[in-house]
Amino acid sequence: MLEQFFQFLVTGVTVGSLYALVGLGFALIYNASDVVNFAQGEFVMLGAMTAIALLGVGLPLPVAAIAATLAAILVGLLLERFAIEPAQGASVVTTIIITIGAAIFLRGVALLLWGKDFHSLPSFSGDAPIHLGGATVLPQSLWVLGVTMLLVGLVRAFLDRTLLGKALLACSFNRAAAQLVGINVRVMLRLAYGLSAGLGAIAGILIAPITFSSYEAGVMLGLKGFSAAIIGGIGNPMGAVAGGLLLGVLEALGAGLISSGYKDAIAFLFVLMVLFFKPTGLFGHQLVERV
Amino acid sequence: MKNLWKITLATMLLCASVNPAGAAEPIKIGSFLTVTGPASFLGDPELKTLQMVVEDINAKGGVKGRKLELVHYDTGGNAKDAVNFAKRLIKNDNVDLIIGGTTTGDTLAVIPDVEKEGVPFISLAGAVEIIEPVKKWVFKTPHTDRMAAAKIYGDLRKRGLTQVALITGDGGFDKSGREQLLKLAPQYGITIVADESYGNKDTDMTAQLTKIRAAGAQAIINFGLGQAPAIVTKNIKQLGIALPLYQSHGVASKTFIDLAGDAAEGARLPAAALVVAEQLPDADPQKPVLLAYKNKYEAKYGPVSTFGGHAYDGLMIAVAALQRAGGADKAKVRDEIEKTQGFIGTAGVFNMTPQDHMGLNLDAFKLVEIRNGSWKIVE
Amino acid sequence: MRLAGFYLFAALVALLPVLFPTNYFVIVVGASAGLHVILAVGLNLLMGYAGQISLGHAAFFGMGAYASAILTTRFGWPSLLALAAGLLVAGVIAWLLARPILRLRGHYLAMATLGFGIIIHVILVQATQWTGGPDGLAGIPPLNLLGWSVEGDFQWYGVIMAAMLLAVWLSLNLVDSQFGRALRAVHGSEFAAQMMGIDIVRAKTQVFVVSALFAAFAGGLFAHQQAFVSPDSFNLIVSVELVTMVVLGGMASTFGAACGAIALTLLHQGLVVFEDYEMLVHGILLMAVMIFLPQGLFVGLSQGARRLWATVRQEF
Repeated sequence: MLEQFFQFLVTGVTVGSLYALVGLGFALIYNASDVVNFAQGEFVMLGAMTAIALLGVGLPLPVAAIAATLAAILVGLLLERFAIEPAQGASVVTTIIITIGAAIFLRGVALLLWGKDFHSLPSFSGDAPIHLGGATVLPQSLWVLGVTMLLVGLVRAFLDRTLLGKALLACSFNRAAAQLVGINVRVMLRLAYGLSAGLGAIAGILIAPITFSSYEAGVMLGLKGFSAAIIGGIGNPMGAVAGGLLLGVLEALGAGLISSGYKDAIAFLFVLMVLFFKPTGLFGHQLVERV
Repeated sequence: MKNLWKITLATMLLCASVNPAGAAEPIKIGSFLTVTGPASFLGDPELKTLQMVVEDINAKGGVKGRKLELVHYDTGGNAKDAVNFAKRLIKNDNVDLIIGGTTTGDTLAVIPDVEKEGVPFISLAGAVEIIEPVKKWVFKTPHTDRMAAAKIYGDLRKRGLTQVALITGDGGFDKSGREQLLKLAPQYGITIVADESYGNKDTDMTAQLTKIRAAGAQAIINFGLGQAPAIVTKNIKQLGIALPLYQSHGVASKTFIDLAGDAAEGARLPAAALVVAEQLPDADPQKPVLLAYKNKYEAKYGPVSTFGGHAYDGLMIAVAALQRAGGADKAKVRDEIEKTQGFIGTAGVFNMTPQDHMGLNLDAFKLVEIRNGSWKIVE
Repeated sequence: MRLAGFYLFAALVALLPVLFPTNYFVIVVGASAGLHVILAVGLNLLMGYAGQISLGHAAFFGMGAYASAILTTRFGWPSLLALAAGLLVAGVIAWLLARPILRLRGHYLAMATLGFGIIIHVILVQATQWTGGPDGLAGIPPLNLLGWSVEGDFQWYGVIMAAMLLAVWLSLNLVDSQFGRALRAVHGSEFAAQMMGIDIVRAKTQVFVVSALFAAFAGGLFAHQQAFVSPDSFNLIVSVELVTMVVLGGMASTFGAACGAIALTLLHQGLVVFEDYEMLVHGILLMAVMIFLPQGLFVGLSQGARRLWATVRQEF
C-alpha cells in the first residue's frame, strides 16, 4: 500500500512538473500584461511539433530543439505584435477571446503543416526506468523535473536580480507608473510573450517523448497550466510552479485512491474550492479585484 | 442589423440556387466523417480512401455510365454537427446514399433521420448497437467491439488466463468496448479483477496501472484509440509489469508501433487482415484485394490504416449494390446492399442478410502480435 | 419603438419558411441558429449586462438536455414535465453556485466557470448508467405539447422559433426593467451601485439563475429535437462558442447576441466546405473581429451605419 502511494506521488510530481512549466508561462504573460494567454498550450504544441519536424529532416536533436524554441519565440512575438498590441486597453473578455482565437489559428496552422497524426520524439537518455524505492520513473521525467527547476530558478533570478526583470515586474504592478519612470512598456510586453513562448516550447520538447504530440496536444496542457497558475495565484510565477506540482499530485492520488474516471473532476473541484475559499490562490499576493 | 440580414438572405438564396438539375446526373454519395478533432486519425484515412476510390471509379467510367460525386462534411466528432450535416446531405445535396459516421456517437445521432428519410446509410463505426436491433436503412462495415472482445477472450482461454484487468479511455469507442468486455466475461469464464479508466488526453497512466499491478491480474486488456494506448503500453513497461498485454483493433496502425516503440513488443490485438496482408497465404481470396488497396493508398498518402479499409469496404459494397440495382433508386439500392453476398473486402468476407447488416463473422478478425516492430499473425 | 426591432425580427422569422419551406438553410440551420440565439441571449444577460464572464455555460445547456433525455427515456416522464424538471435542476444549481462563484472577477471567474463546465462534462461522460456515457443517449421521444407531438424539421422550426422569440422578448423586457437597470449599474461600478442601494449579490445571483434557465430551456428543446444527446454537445468548445457568439455580435445588446449566434451558426455551415482550413479561418475571424470591432459585429456595424447615414444626410 505504502509502495503504491509512493508511486502515486512520483507520478504526480512528474505530471505536475509539466503543468508547472506551462503554468509558469501563463504567470509571466499575466505579470507583464494582465492578459491570460489562452494560446499558451499552443506554444507547447508548436515547440514539440517543430522539433519533431526538424528532427525528421535530419537535424540532430539539440539543434532541432534550439531551433524549435526560437521558432516558438518568433511566433510569440508575432502574436504580441499583431493580435495583442492592436487591442490594448480592451476588456478582459475581449483579450480572452483574442487569445482563444489565436489558439484556434495556431492549431489550424499546425494541422495544415503536420497533419493529424500523433508524433513522438526519442527520449533524451533512453527508456530504461529508474527505480526509486518501490517506485519507478522514466529518465525523461527526470529531465522534465530538472529542466523545470532550472528554468524556474532562472526566471526567478531574472525577475529579482536583473534590471530588465524588475522592469517587467514593475509593469505588472502599475503600468502607467512604469511608463512614467521610463520603462518601455511595449518592449516589456514583447519580452514577456517571447519568454513565455520559449518556455512553452521547451516544455513541449521535453514532454514530447512521454506524452507524444499532435496539432491538438496544446489544448489539455493549456487548460492544466492555466489551472496551475490560478491555484498558485495568477501572476505569481513561483506560485504557478507550486500549483502545477500540487495539481499533478492531486490527479495521481485521485486516480489511484478514489476513481480514475473522475480524476479530472476531482482536480477541478479542488481548483473551485481554492477559488471559493482562497480566491487569491494558495500562494497569491495580488488583489483579486481593482475597483 | 438590416445589412446583416441582407447578407444572410443573399447567402441563403445563393446556397439554395446552386442545386444542379441535369439529365446525366452523377450519383451523389454523401459522407460525414470526423476529419478534425479527437478521432481525426480515424476519419482522415477514411476520407482519403473515399476520395481516392471515387476518383478511380470515375476514371474507369463510373457506375452504369454515371459518374460518382462525393459530398463530404467534417463533423469534428460532434454529434450535433453530424445530425445537421446528415440533414444537409439528405435535404440540400439530395445524396443517393450516405457512407460515414466515423464514431459510434455520430452514427447513432443520425440514425433517426436516415430512417425517417429513407436513405441507405453505411456506417464506419464500431459499436454493435448500430446494427442491433436491425434498422432498415443502416449498415456497417467495421467489425463490432463485441467481436473484438470475443477474439481477445478466445485467445486468453487458449493461454489459460482467467484473471484480467481492464484499462479503458473515456471515449465512445473505449466505453462501449469496455461494456462488451464486461458483458462477455462470464461466457468465457473470465474474471475482471480491476477496471480502471483514463482520460484520452491524459499524459500518464502509471497511477491506474499501479493499482492494476496490485490487483493480481494475469493479463491486461487496454481498449482504446489514439495516443493513449501507446502511453499505457509505455507505462506498463516503465512499471516493470510483465503481464501479457492485449490491445484493441483501435490501435491497428503503424502509428501505434511507432509511438509505443519497444514497449509494444509482444502486445496482442485483434485486427483486420489489412495489417498482415503480405503474410496471408496466396490462396487466401482476400489477399489480392488487400494488396491492391494497400499499394494504391500507400503510393498516394503513406502508411495504410484499417480504418481507411472500412471506408473502402463501404464504398465498394455500395457501388456493387448500385450496379445490381441498375441505378440510384434508394429503396432498390438498400435491398441490394442487404443482399450483399460473398463480397471480399479489407475487413473480411461480407455476407449480409435481413438479420445481419454487417455480415462479417469472427474469422474476419486476425489475432496479431507485435514482433520486431511489425505485425505477426498468431494462431 | 423599443420593440420595433423585435417585430421586424419576428416577421422575418415567420416569413422565411413561407418563402423557402424545404430549404435546408432555413429550416434546419434556422432551427439550430434559433437554439443558439436562446443560449446567447441568456448568456448575454450575464456577460453583457452584468459584466460576468462564463466559460462553462454549456453545462447548464447540458443539464437541461440530459434532464429531458434521462427523465423521458428512463422514467417515462411526459416531455413537458421533464423539461420543467431540467429548468428546476439548472436553476437550483445556478442559485447554489452563484454566491461563491460570482464573488470572483475576471480571470478567476473565467477559471471557476471553466472548471464547473469541465466537472459537469466529466460527469456526463462517466456516469454511464444514467447518461449513456460518451456514445450518448438515443431514442428520446418527440416533444409532446398538450397532445401535439412535434415531429419533422418544419414543425421543429416553428417550435424553436417561437421559443426563441419568447426568449428575445423576455430579454428585451428584462433589460428594460428595474432589474436590468440594477444590472447595468453593477456592471458600471459595483461600488456605485451599492451606494445607490442596489443589493449587488442578489442582482448577480438572479441574473446567473435567469441565464442558466435560458440555457436549460434550450437544452430541453435540443434533446427532443435531436432525439439524441451526447456529452460532446456540452463540452468546453461549446462554452467557448457561446461566449464567442455573444462577443461577436456585440455585448450588452440582445439583438447583438442574437446576430452573433446566427452569424456563427452560418459561418460554421459555410466554413465546413473548406475542411482543413476551417480552423485557420475561424481563428483569424475571431481575432480580427475582436481587434477591429471590439464592440462586436452587430453593434459596430450598426454604429457605423448610423454615422454613415448622418454624413449622407448632411451632404444632401
